[in-house]
Amino acid sequence: MIGYITRRIGQAVIVLVGVTIIVFILRHLLPGSIARAIIGPRASQLQIAAFNRQYGLNRALPLQYLSFLDQLMHGNLGYSFRLNSSVDSIVLHDLPNDVLLVGVSLVLALVIAVPVGILQAVRRNKLTDHAATGISFLLYSMPSYLLGLLLIAVFAVHLRLLPAEAPQASTITGVISDPAGLVLPIATLTLVTCALFSRYMRSSAIDSLAQDYIRTARAKGLGQGAILSRHLLRNSLIPVVTLVGISLPGILTFGLIIEELFNFPGIGLEYFNAAVNGDYPVVFGITVLVALATVTGSLLADIAYAVLDPRVRYD
Amino acid sequence: MTDAAPGKAGARHADALAVPADATADDAAARVPSGTLPEGGEGYREDVAWRMILRAFTANKLALTGLIVVAAVALFCFVGPLFWHTDQVHTNLLQVSKPPSAEHPLGTTNLGYDVLGRLMVGGQSSLEVGLAVALVATGLGVLYGVVSGFFGGVTDAILMRFVDIVLAVPIVYLFIDLASVFKPTLLLLILVLSLLSWLGPARLVRGETLSLRTREYVEAVKTMGGRPGRIIVRHLVPNTAGTIAVNATFQVADAILTLAVLSYLGFSLPPPTATWGGLLQDGVNFLYDGYWWEIYPAGLMIVLTVVAFNFIGDGLRDSLDVRLQRR
Repeated sequence: MIGYITRRIGQAVIVLVGVTIIVFILRHLLPGSIARAIIGPRASQLQIAAFNRQYGLNRALPLQYLSFLDQLMHGNLGYSFRLNSSVDSIVLHDLPNDVLLVGVSLVLALVIAVPVGILQAVRRNKLTDHAATGISFLLYSMPSYLLGLLLIAVFAVHLRLLPAEAPQASTITGVISDPAGLVLPIATLTLVTCALFSRYMRSSAIDSLAQDYIRTARAKGLGQGAILSRHLLRNSLIPVVTLVGISLPGILTFGLIIEELFNFPGIGLEYFNAAVNGDYPVVFGITVLVALATVTGSLLADIAYAVLDPRVRYD
Repeated sequence: MTDAAPGKAGARHADALAVPADATADDAAARVPSGTLPEGGEGYREDVAWRMILRAFTANKLALTGLIVVAAVALFCFVGPLFWHTDQVHTNLLQVSKPPSAEHPLGTTNLGYDVLGRLMVGGQSSLEVGLAVALVATGLGVLYGVVSGFFGGVTDAILMRFVDIVLAVPIVYLFIDLASVFKPTLLLLILVLSLLSWLGPARLVRGETLSLRTREYVEAVKTMGGRPGRIIVRHLVPNTAGTIAVNATFQVADAILTLAVLSYLGFSLPPPTATWGGLLQDGVNFLYDGYWWEIYPAGLMIVLTVVAFNFIGDGLRDSLDVRLQRR
């Protein structure tokens, strides 16, 4: 297993280096140079050349890539000339808000999707199953912002129960002090994540139900409740680890859209604004960061799976 | 881990296609009208297999519903405008955001377009993009996956690492940038969405190929001196047809969804071109005014179409007995 984990980490490192190469290439393929974006459309060729020389943007591309990589290794994601602050500090400032939004939604989604999936498997092809499948199908087939819009329309516009905007304070303490504003963004992200999870949970629980140990438990006279909680739930939780790991990029993308929709002060919104304003260092810094989160997520999921499930053997 | 799971699925599926699962040859022949019975051999077996698939598919009510809905939506979008004539190019500022009336059954948008007519025209691009992306992405993915799985070893490792890399880059994010620079055309949208979608089929097909390439019939072709190209085109690809078909159906649904999300993020066909996502995007600003007809009909069309394609995909999967992990 140590061999498997080492190999898996090696792959992750290769993938990460590949990501930085792709991001670097994209940065140079996209029209609109950094200099143009910073010193404006009316800057003369001379000024642009001077800017490029000052920031090393006139060097050969492989050299530029190496210094880009060097900076990344030192934890430096770049510097936003537009906001006059480092991408690191921008990201660190918003990170608690995102941990709150994504973390709470993820936990809620699991708390809902796992029991619902098991219930569906137990009541397979009955009304409960069909109803839950139908709802998750509907959520699944809906652009995530449409769901947010519907929630806004119902709870903010018609019922006037909740604010349509996320808390507008930029710090985490400010965000927490306005819980009403958090309800709709978290609800939206929870629901789309739930739809992503519950289909998977259902089939995983159905597979587990057909296993011999469930039959053994039945045969020795264990009640339904004990079977479900002691055997089925625990065994169905193993694939959840993988599920969370591989769903991370999807959830972060949903997060971006939801942050934009509710004007939630997170990294996603920061990214959106940077992209609209042509603030390339922020855009590519956050892109690298999300890629890092994606790769780490699937790496941790694979390792956790190998550790948690003794039936899985790797050579 | 990823190597093992699709392998099992591949084995089950190949059986379903090659040999009709629960029917002997006589049994099947009895059910085929004599006039349409082909002259024995391969064609005959395939014919029976497809009939069984068709029967299983039509027996699946949800799949059939999906097919009917898709047909209805296609009719609505492509034939509808022939009967319901509206001007979807010129704005009409005298008819801005009117509620539904006899003249405009679904009201008008903030620029005075008739919503019903715009739904029809907007659906055309959604369906076209969805189908085209599914075709291109599937073609690309199948080719990539089958080559990777067939050659294995270092080739496979390199090709699959590349897939991992592209998967890890949050490409959807970059569309926001593209939006501020490019004015997308239909072709560009199809291209960009395809480049985003071929990774799924590539992984799936690679997994199936890994198990298929060890089969006896592949060994037989190799022994007879068949070149890799022949094995891939004549033997491996046809045997993954089920997986490919199911995945392609889901691809259509996903492409339509992504297209709508991209419209919302600002990466879409420029006005006055109508798109469902564009309608939604415009309507958002009027949510507070209670102009429901500018949002709900477009949202409903997107959800309806995507659900229908997902139903078809699920039905196909059941009838082909392909076990797939969607994401």
